[in-house]
Amino acid sequence: MTLNLIETLPESSIYLPTQSRILEVQPLTKLEKLFTIELPGGIALGHKPGQFVEVSLLGVGEAPISISSSPSRSNGSFELCIRRAGDLTSVLHRMTSGETIGIRGPFGRGFPFERFRGKDMLFAPGGLGLAPLRSLINQVMDERGNFGRVIILYGARHPSELLFTNELAEWQARDDIELHLTVDRADDNWKGNVGVITTLFPKVDIHPRNTVAVTIGPPIMYRFVLMELLGKGIPEGNIWLSLERRMKCGVGKCGHCQINHLYTCQSGPSFSYAEIKHLAEAL
Amino acid sequence: MSFKVIPKVAMPEWIERLCTGYRVVGPKPLHGQHIFGDIQSAVELDLGYPTTVIPPKKYLLPQREELIRFKTDGSQVHVETVIEAKPTVVLGIHTCDLHAIQLLDRVFQQGYSDQHYQAHRENTYLVSIECLQPCIPHSFCKSMGTLSVTNGFDLHLTDIGDDYAVDIETKKGARLLDGFSAARDVTDEDYRLFNRVLSDKWARFPLRLDFDITELPSLLSVSYENKLWDELGERCLACGMCTNVCPTCYCFNVTDEVDFTLSAGQRTRVWDSCQLDKFATVSGGHNFRASRAQRQRHRFFRKGKYQMETYGLLGCVGCGRCGQACLADINMVDTLNDLYHRHANDRE
Repeated sequence: MTLNLIETLPESSIYLPTQSRILEVQPLTKLEKLFTIELPGGIALGHKPGQFVEVSLLGVGEAPISISSSPSRSNGSFELCIRRAGDLTSVLHRMTSGETIGIRGPFGRGFPFERFRGKDMLFAPGGLGLAPLRSLINQVMDERGNFGRVIILYGARHPSELLFTNELAEWQARDDIELHLTVDRADDNWKGNVGVITTLFPKVDIHPRNTVAVTIGPPIMYRFVLMELLGKGIPEGNIWLSLERRMKCGVGKCGHCQINHLYTCQSGPSFSYAEIKHLAEAL
Repeated sequence: MSFKVIPKVAMPEWIERLCTGYRVVGPKPLHGQHIFGDIQSAVELDLGYPTTVIPPKKYLLPQREELIRFKTDGSQVHVETVIEAKPTVVLGIHTCDLHAIQLLDRVFQQGYSDQHYQAHRENTYLVSIECLQPCIPHSFCKSMGTLSVTNGFDLHLTDIGDDYAVDIETKKGARLLDGFSAARDVTDEDYRLFNRVLSDKWARFPLRLDFDITELPSLLSVSYENKLWDELGERCLACGMCTNVCPTCYCFNVTDEVDFTLSAGQRTRVWDSCQLDKFATVSGGHNFRASRAQRQRHRFFRKGKYQMETYGLLGCVGCGRCGQACLADINMVDTLNDLYHRHANDRE
């Protein structure tokens, strides 16, 4: 019997990261830094707001990180706002421009931007939730004429934890954005609202039938913010959020990110409330 | 595709022939149990085995598998994909395990195709065998509809007395018989024996679920809040053995390992278990399935409902390994029957 040769083996792998370059690292707060990343040859990432990439450090591991920059501002690079929280992010925080990191993706389902056009947009990020939401907000701002009102209700625990303060100031200065900020605990310089994010909702009147709300924050925040949004009469299908889960593969195989029968990395991480309200594990 | 017959006396010759061209693995005894392991000579193979500790999924999704390898020479980093597979004949796969492979195929081929799985799959020859006797007390294949197969194998063997009837399903399967002259054409008498063996076997297998399996997804959809899950959670040790031995469980963790030179290493996937406490814990510490009751419920729902919704096949094939492996005696049959009767009694 002759030896049967192996069928041709593939050379690529869905798990092979693309070695990419850190162009810039900007500290935002004590815990968060903004990384500007360039893929080889400056090719566009081709993402949609709400999608994520797997960030890979060889010898350390991988972590899913949502994309913080808008596709409308790619300039051959994209941005990730990363909180120092675990092993991988701690190593990342010690890295500087010129160093190499691996990228896989973009993965997951982004927000259905096309369906949002023509609507009033109500954004309600909490804490680090502004990082992924900034991608969508800036895409909306880059075609501002196609949208109705833009309202941003942003809550952080402390003034020192507010992200993207430069951009917040720019938004504050514009007359086509209604920006309301709040902090759980003020410091001596804080002149604004103090209280959790839900204290901002009574400050805005909206037209619920023509409003799309997008909220991103920690699990505990969703319960209360959803009550506010539903209380304002926004239809369940027009309330969008993004769910964080443990992920290892990003491609619907490893099982870690399951919410009941859904793989967050495939069906999400962007979901409408109507899609997940029946899922006991979602919120 | 076609049928052949291999006389049992010629099996050793066939296996020796296969061993010259392929890696050959099959069921063999070890310490009072059976495992799938490498076969160097025909005497090692035991096709009459009851079940194996670990199902043959390990040849398609190894317990540990390198995905990528990396090294640095100080200035530059080199990364490469690792896909290694050699032509492997898996002999004696029970029909439950073959059904499980059909689900694994869908998982790893649907959406993003997993090239690592695919390389193993394309280079693996599946030779299944018709079960003629119930294997272990925990098995319930007849209730799950996995007591037989009509496709999904390359060759399928049926013991018809002095011979094995061989159903040749694929060209790959036919290749395994190339030039093996002892494999002869089928006679009318072989067909008669074959049909009798198949009809006689049916009565030997018990139906162990008290309801029809097509009801399982709907039974679970009305059982999410059932107290049974808390009761299982009290008993479960969260050891993950049920998922390790499950032929349809495929969840994995990915870890990086660096060798002692600190200049090279690899990224490896390792079987993981949704029953382990940190499986759904995100950075920052929040655990989305913190209790054992939630994790057991998740396992049963995956087997009986979620996989059907996502892949169109049930996630349980009735092999009984999870029940046999569980130190707390949590098993599919008792759990599902219990659930069914709780609902049946509610209705009065």
